[in-house]
Amino acid sequence: MLPALAALSACSGVQSALDPAGEEATQVATLFWVMTVGGGVIWAGTVALALYASRWKRHAATEQGAGRLIFWGGVVFPVVVLTALLSYALWLMPSLRPFGGEATQGLRIEIVGNQFWWHVVYRRDGAEVVSANEVRLPVGQRVEFALESADMIHSFWIPALGGKMDLIPGRTNRLSLLATKAGVYRGQCAEFCGISHALMAFPVVVSEPAEFDAWLEARTRPAIGLDGSPAAARLFVDRGCGDCHRVDGTEARGTAGPDLSHVGSRLTIGAGLLPNDDETLARFIAHPASLKAGSRMPAYLDLPAAELAEIAAWLKGLQ
Amino acid sequence: MSDHARPGAGAVNEDKAAEEAQLRAVWANPTGWRYWTSVNNYQIGLWYGSAAFAFMLFAGLLALLVRAQLAVPENDLISPELYNQAFTLHGTVMMFLFAVPIFEAVAIFLLPPMLGAREMPFPRLGAFGFWSFFIGGVFVCGSIFFGAAPNSGWFMYPPLATSEQAGIGADIWLLGLSFIEVASIAAAVELIVGIMKCRAPGMRVNLMPLFAWYLLIVAGMILFAFPPLIAGDLLFEMQRMFDWPFFDPERGGDPLLWQHLFWIFGHPEVYIIFLPAIALLAMIIPTFSGRPIVGYSWIVLAAVGTGFLSFGLWVHHMFATGLPQISLAFFSAASEAVAIPTAVQIFVFIATMLAGRVIFSTPMLFAMGGIAIFIMGGLTGVMVALAPFDWQAHDTYFIVAHLHYVLIGGMLFPVFAGLYYYYPLIDGQRMSDRVGRLAFWLMFTGFNITFFPMHIAGLRGMPRRVYTYPADIGWDWLNLISTMGAVVLGIGMFAVVMDVTLHRRRQPRGEQNPWNAGTLEWLNEPEENWGVRSIPKVASRYPLWDQPTLAEDVRAGRGYLADAKEGRRETLVTSVLDAEPEQVLRVGGTSYVTIFCAATLGTVFVALTFKWWLVSLAAGIAFVGGVLYWLWTGTGEIPDRDEKDIGHGISLPLYASGVKSTGWWAMFITMTGDGTAFASLVFGYFFFWTIHTDFTGGQAGPGAFWPMAALALFALAWSVTLGAREINRQGSVLATRLLLVLGAVLAACGCAAALAGPWTSAMDPTAHVYPAIVWILVIWAAIHGAVGVLMQLYCLARSLAGRLTPRHDMELHNVALYWHFMLVTALVTFAVVGLFPEVL
Repeated sequence: MLPALAALSACSGVQSALDPAGEEATQVATLFWVMTVGGGVIWAGTVALALYASRWKRHAATEQGAGRLIFWGGVVFPVVVLTALLSYALWLMPSLRPFGGEATQGLRIEIVGNQFWWHVVYRRDGAEVVSANEVRLPVGQRVEFALESADMIHSFWIPALGGKMDLIPGRTNRLSLLATKAGVYRGQCAEFCGISHALMAFPVVVSEPAEFDAWLEARTRPAIGLDGSPAAARLFVDRGCGDCHRVDGTEARGTAGPDLSHVGSRLTIGAGLLPNDDETLARFIAHPASLKAGSRMPAYLDLPAAELAEIAAWLKGLQ
Repeated sequence: MSDHARPGAGAVNEDKAAEEAQLRAVWANPTGWRYWTSVNNYQIGLWYGSAAFAFMLFAGLLALLVRAQLAVPENDLISPELYNQAFTLHGTVMMFLFAVPIFEAVAIFLLPPMLGAREMPFPRLGAFGFWSFFIGGVFVCGSIFFGAAPNSGWFMYPPLATSEQAGIGADIWLLGLSFIEVASIAAAVELIVGIMKCRAPGMRVNLMPLFAWYLLIVAGMILFAFPPLIAGDLLFEMQRMFDWPFFDPERGGDPLLWQHLFWIFGHPEVYIIFLPAIALLAMIIPTFSGRPIVGYSWIVLAAVGTGFLSFGLWVHHMFATGLPQISLAFFSAASEAVAIPTAVQIFVFIATMLAGRVIFSTPMLFAMGGIAIFIMGGLTGVMVALAPFDWQAHDTYFIVAHLHYVLIGGMLFPVFAGLYYYYPLIDGQRMSDRVGRLAFWLMFTGFNITFFPMHIAGLRGMPRRVYTYPADIGWDWLNLISTMGAVVLGIGMFAVVMDVTLHRRRQPRGEQNPWNAGTLEWLNEPEENWGVRSIPKVASRYPLWDQPTLAEDVRAGRGYLADAKEGRRETLVTSVLDAEPEQVLRVGGTSYVTIFCAATLGTVFVALTFKWWLVSLAAGIAFVGGVLYWLWTGTGEIPDRDEKDIGHGISLPLYASGVKSTGWWAMFITMTGDGTAFASLVFGYFFFWTIHTDFTGGQAGPGAFWPMAALALFALAWSVTLGAREINRQGSVLATRLLLVLGAVLAACGCAAALAGPWTSAMDPTAHVYPAIVWILVIWAAIHGAVGVLMQLYCLARSLAGRLTPRHDMELHNVALYWHFMLVTALVTFAVVGLFPEVL
């Protein structure tokens, strides 16, 4: 079984803890392999011993000899192995998640979990960028997350970068991640949070610091496509979209739904649900609950097709 | 016992035959529909086990539904709502309606013959427990056919489970399971008293069969593990029904309190499930190794150690909730430590086989397969116990794989081993070896094909409890393999079901002890209800191996208590440590009061679910009436004579009160569980205090006056109750009655004073968590005070009816014991609610 498992680890997907791209995930993957190999050997040894005792042996052992086996195999061996393993893991813990002190001076990202999407706020040097359903990180820089929830308990998890941390109403939890490899990964809610828990994911884009800085800087200003279609912008507000969604630079200032200021530049819509294009945007607006049960956004089935297309195209242009 | 061979053997034989016929008649089951009013441990054990098994098959079908939905990505076979109900009910039913009850069933079935007793000490309590379990189980399972099953996962985390999205399913979960937990605690009381007080003479604790040791430990664990959940259920349901904000952070509550209470229950629960399965292996492996267990003391100490440690691990279910790293480190270490006693138990089995000559029978096949699977689950358990690894693995399919390796290897396979091993005691013949081996290999391969890939799926990032998943992120074929494996596993289970249902009655009666086992239960004849024909004197851990004449003596009626001349069901009570004979206990016989009580209590819970307050109230009154009738007619009976001759020149009293009576022990054990629930509520109070800088949220407290008044009144009621017990013993019946009246009045005033505290301060329990937790504590104390009043009045009525006399005062001893606990409850409650805010 072990070689089969090892073969699986290479290139095991965008959401895999076995294909690490962050410091914590790398350390834990190493820990995992050590334990898996060790555990495999222990399992095989114990089962072989049990088979020997029950099927293969020729002569019964003495009671005294068998009693010694209990002491050495059942007490001494596990005490030694577990002490070593525990020491290693406890030594690892503080270095994986160094909170407070020097770590807070860099980038800080606030995540607020909602049924079934993520509110994301980037803070650095007094600048604030509001976004949703996507997380972007620079390579090689430790980032601290502040995790909160607006409704249920959710759990924020990017397997390729590190372990998860719950978002609990009434509390602010902290998580610290250090990405080591640029690329696009996938994160997902890991705590069951209601009917569409399965559909609460997000893309994670890890890029070189310069690229990331440029991206973040662009997000501090209104989107470039904002004036592309004044009619669509008007419709967006008139049809009530702005009551729940915010688009920087317009009258749309709602906060009940995801911030859409630069929605056109995101990789997915609906919290990792669908690729982001005019057609999927239109589908989502027309009937959110058919794509995502329990979505709080009302359906816009009576919106004329032309208006729907216009709004979708305008949103896609918000880069 | 051979000194009974006397002249005139023919006459003796006739006497013995008549004696046997009478004994059989006394223990006989009613016929026709009245069969269902049986309380005998065989019937109850069999019904209990069959019902638990049926619930398991139902939950297994739900699992197949879940696997079918996950077979391919983006599947739309079932709706997300049905999926969420299916996995919630699967976990709930497996845990609460199968894994724990199946062992209560096996224990009720096996313990009396294994201990050399005729019956459990409280057969009617056993029957009541079964009917409660059955009614509650059908209620919870049935909900899915109305689309109303719980849908928030089997650990029901608020705020999801307190929200409207949880629907009535959450109430069904909370109330239905609270009802079932009553049955579990009833079983725990019965098992503990049975194992401590009903062993055959000579069976000292160090000669007890390992199964009895394990069940004693497990029953003790139930007593400390289930009450925190019951307390949690109470808080939870108060929030759902009346908007008391225990878990609402906007009003001072905290959803994490539920997680603590749930896992303080939930982790010991795993060992409550696992230890009895190991106990079955501890009976099976020596039999097929043809020798006594190697390391009896090792395995007993390891089981005790596991039981203790299991209460210190619960936070490893909460490693991702943001607790301080120091507590994560502590709980990681404790979780690793529990692997050590577990390893000892495994190595005791290996050592026993090593020192014996092993017959690799079908039960052994299941036992060894289970051990192989369980070791793997144990090793992944060692992995996830480390917080850094758990941050990745937590709430993923890795955990799903781990827990199924632990539970199926550590519980289901041993249960099947036990089924194949003990089936001759049910039906007088073995199950089919051919089908058994086929079923084993189907189940073993099917299991591994299902659950091994889940480790990989989880590490590849697949969270648990998702009804669908996207294609092409590395999970597709892993899930398809799992689903195919689940079908194979299901076919294997089906083969066993066929074996049990079709194979029966085709063969003639087999041997009495087909595996040549060494323990007393193999004297049992499936056709007889009496447990043992006569009670042996035990001098060995494996009496059938070491005491060659024992079997014959028992069957010939040459043991103790061979007769039932007075037409009453009787069993021996012996001392706790050395099993010296102490008393002949007359146990309850066939009765429908148990069904009546279970049905009315069930109605209370079902009616509460639908908020039919009046129905619930009426059913509650009927339940209390039923219990009083049950106690009045079935307990504390003054016997027609003082002593009974049990043979071999020993005469034992028929009546006992105080620490010598089984009722006193039952009260003590029940109140220990009750005290644990109370302690959990007090834990809640201080939990809220620790998480807030301003604990009271600016709300008025109950003041010190009324709580102190209540405490004083309850303390007086307590001393008056003790006084009544002493005065009665001295023979002053009138003074006893007066003191009981005075005690009841004082206690009733105490209840009123308790409620007056928060009432006069106009504390609004919906405004903030502080008034809510104060109200809960005070109501808890007041309800216990009211029960105390009922008990005092009951003693008064018994005294007036001549059923409680200076010499026969069992009730007064038990009520005084209750009041000891009541005094502690009052002391803690009123010091906490009345004084603690003042000294802050």
